[in-house]
Amino acid sequence: MRWVLYIVLLVGFIGSIIYGYQEHQEKNAILIQAENNYQRSFHDLTYRIDLLNEKIGTVLAMNTPENLSPQLTEIWKISAEAQADVGQLPLTLLPFNKTEEFLTNIGEFSYRVAVRGLEEEPLNQDEKELLNQLYQNSTEIKRELRSVQHEVLDEGLRWMDVEVALATNEPGDNTIIDGLQTIEKNSEQFNTSENEGAFTLNSDAGEKEIKLTGKNYNEQEIEDFVHKRFELDGDIELQVTETGEGSDIPMYNVSFDTGELHGYAEVTKQGANMVSYMLTRDVGEKKISLNDGMKQAKELLNDIGYEQVEMVESSQYESVGVFRFVKVEDDVYYYPDSLQVKVALDNGDIIGLTARDYIINSSSDEETDFQDNLSEEEAKTYVNPNIEVKQTRKAVIENDLGEKVLCYEIFGTMNDQTYRVYINANDGFEEKVEKLQQSEQIYGMS
Amino acid sequence: MSKLKLLRLLVLAVILLFGISTTDVSTNAFTEQVIQQGATGDDVIELQSRLQYIGFYNGKIDGVFGWGTYWAVRNFQNEFGLEVDGLVGQKTKDMLTRASEYDEGWVKEQIRQGREFTHYGGQKRPWSEAQQSQGQNQGQGQGQGQGQAQEGTPEEPTATNVPKGYSQNDIQLLSQAVYSEARGEPYVGQVAIAAVILNRVDDSTFPDSISGVIFEPLAFTAVADGQFYMEPNSQAKEAVIDALNGWDPSGGATYYFNPDTATSDWIWSRPQIKRIGKHVFCK
Repeated sequence: MRWVLYIVLLVGFIGSIIYGYQEHQEKNAILIQAENNYQRSFHDLTYRIDLLNEKIGTVLAMNTPENLSPQLTEIWKISAEAQADVGQLPLTLLPFNKTEEFLTNIGEFSYRVAVRGLEEEPLNQDEKELLNQLYQNSTEIKRELRSVQHEVLDEGLRWMDVEVALATNEPGDNTIIDGLQTIEKNSEQFNTSENEGAFTLNSDAGEKEIKLTGKNYNEQEIEDFVHKRFELDGDIELQVTETGEGSDIPMYNVSFDTGELHGYAEVTKQGANMVSYMLTRDVGEKKISLNDGMKQAKELLNDIGYEQVEMVESSQYESVGVFRFVKVEDDVYYYPDSLQVKVALDNGDIIGLTARDYIINSSSDEETDFQDNLSEEEAKTYVNPNIEVKQTRKAVIENDLGEKVLCYEIFGTMNDQTYRVYINANDGFEEKVEKLQQSEQIYGMS
Repeated sequence: MSKLKLLRLLVLAVILLFGISTTDVSTNAFTEQVIQQGATGDDVIELQSRLQYIGFYNGKIDGVFGWGTYWAVRNFQNEFGLEVDGLVGQKTKDMLTRASEYDEGWVKEQIRQGREFTHYGGQKRPWSEAQQSQGQNQGQGQGQGQGQAQEGTPEEPTATNVPKGYSQNDIQLLSQAVYSEARGEPYVGQVAIAAVILNRVDDSTFPDSISGVIFEPLAFTAVADGQFYMEPNSQAKEAVIDALNGWDPSGGATYYFNPDTATSDWIWSRPQIKRIGKHVFCK
């Protein structure tokens, strides 16, 4: 009897060893695969930074514009690839921004210069200087990265350890992390000395100065304001918090709960402008049309002081209508100054508003002096002749370089597709062409 | 081959006749509501069918008032001496009803069967037209009986509105991220999470696609531990659509963290914007 028990135990023991071994093997295989992905991205990144450095150096020494454009296009491509490599590495929690910024800067610079036609407008002195700085920067980053790479290869360092170290916040003595931080520090020195003015690179970083008017409100005044604005019963409690230092506009965040709906509003401290709000509740079956919803939305906007606005987009999502309005002045549509309104189509209540873009952009409209040398008819001649023009109006948009430009907005169709073309009203430059699509087929429905 | 065609035509004619006889061929089924661009539903299906019947619209009858329908309405209004505004009000509807016929049963039968069809009406009888499309889309036409709407329920449009530049699949990816990261959070907090992802897409130091941002290593814990693959609820989806339409309660944040569980010192050094629910949002 006892022998049987021993044999059963032994078989069980051996079985679990085999099972454990197999599991271990599988786990290792997966870990190695993950590690390999990291390694590939890292080595690709160092290779591409190297390549970038070399290419920028070559461009600096070049003289003929015909050769310059292809080289710059090449740089643009490599920088995009290098950025993709960075995105594959576990660097989100690591201050690696400066290197990423460098990649963006060189990408942006090379793109802009390469597309503008260097034969007519060669690199100017400022640009040459900037390119020179970018070159030195890339040399620095390249050297540091290469030495990190050397350590990785020499000591067999693993990116999986970086991941673990970052996830558990013990970056203590991880060689890779140390190396990358050195790069960060060095690039910082470069970026602070960056030349301001002549050629600003980060178009989207554009820290616009936001001008607000009116007095500063305190918490109590804001509470009263919100109470009145949403016609709340006096006994409903509001939670008011202030935004921290990271906020571009100092605001109060107000939230409340009336039982049937939950509200959240952002109000500026200065002037008590309603930046956005959302009223969350269950929306019932659609009872009113999108058109009536739009009228409600417009009425609300007029009530709260946005009088010169027109609707430019409307969409129905189940029983909710979402509308985009823009400022219209002298028949010119100001697209950057936009407001979105969300209307519940069960009873026509406004359940959401965001005026952030309007508040940020509208204050700077007066500063810009818009020129229009072209007539509407002249503008149409700049549109692709295959497009059948349907509708034209004037509009201000933000172009690729982040500048506000006055354009003719031309709607037209070609092959049953609707296009929107923006022709600069001053010089006829085709600023933007968009293929408009509003709906998408529901996949997997039939 | 021609025999087979004839047979198919016969069978189809029988089916169609049956289909028509059971449904009311109403002359004016439009509701009272003014139809405008962006609308979806039955009225739009009727509008598109009627416009197609008289040759103004040759796109797909999908139940969404898009640009194609918009130009068709304007052309119609222009030709018939109405005010050209692209809005389908009572006058336009009346004129349209007089100028065209609408066979609701037939049109919806086609939609139900997932057939693509255009040039409805004109000189040809509807079923000869149907026979043609049947021939073209034979592969599609079969095995689509399931998913049929029950008698009397309104037909669903076969397309949907999507915020500009995004697809339903992008919305799904975002919803999964929002749901797995913030399913216990207030609605505003969920919109804020979606907004952070979109802010990262715009930011030059992050990948420039939604999938790139979501799958960036260590960027989101729910992606790292697989919770991301849970099926999101409809609230998460709604939050995503709000964010795509421009709401950003995070105040332009590109990072957020849970102060109770955050292990990184670095994240605390970022300039904070605000706190919503359990999450602190920062630059």
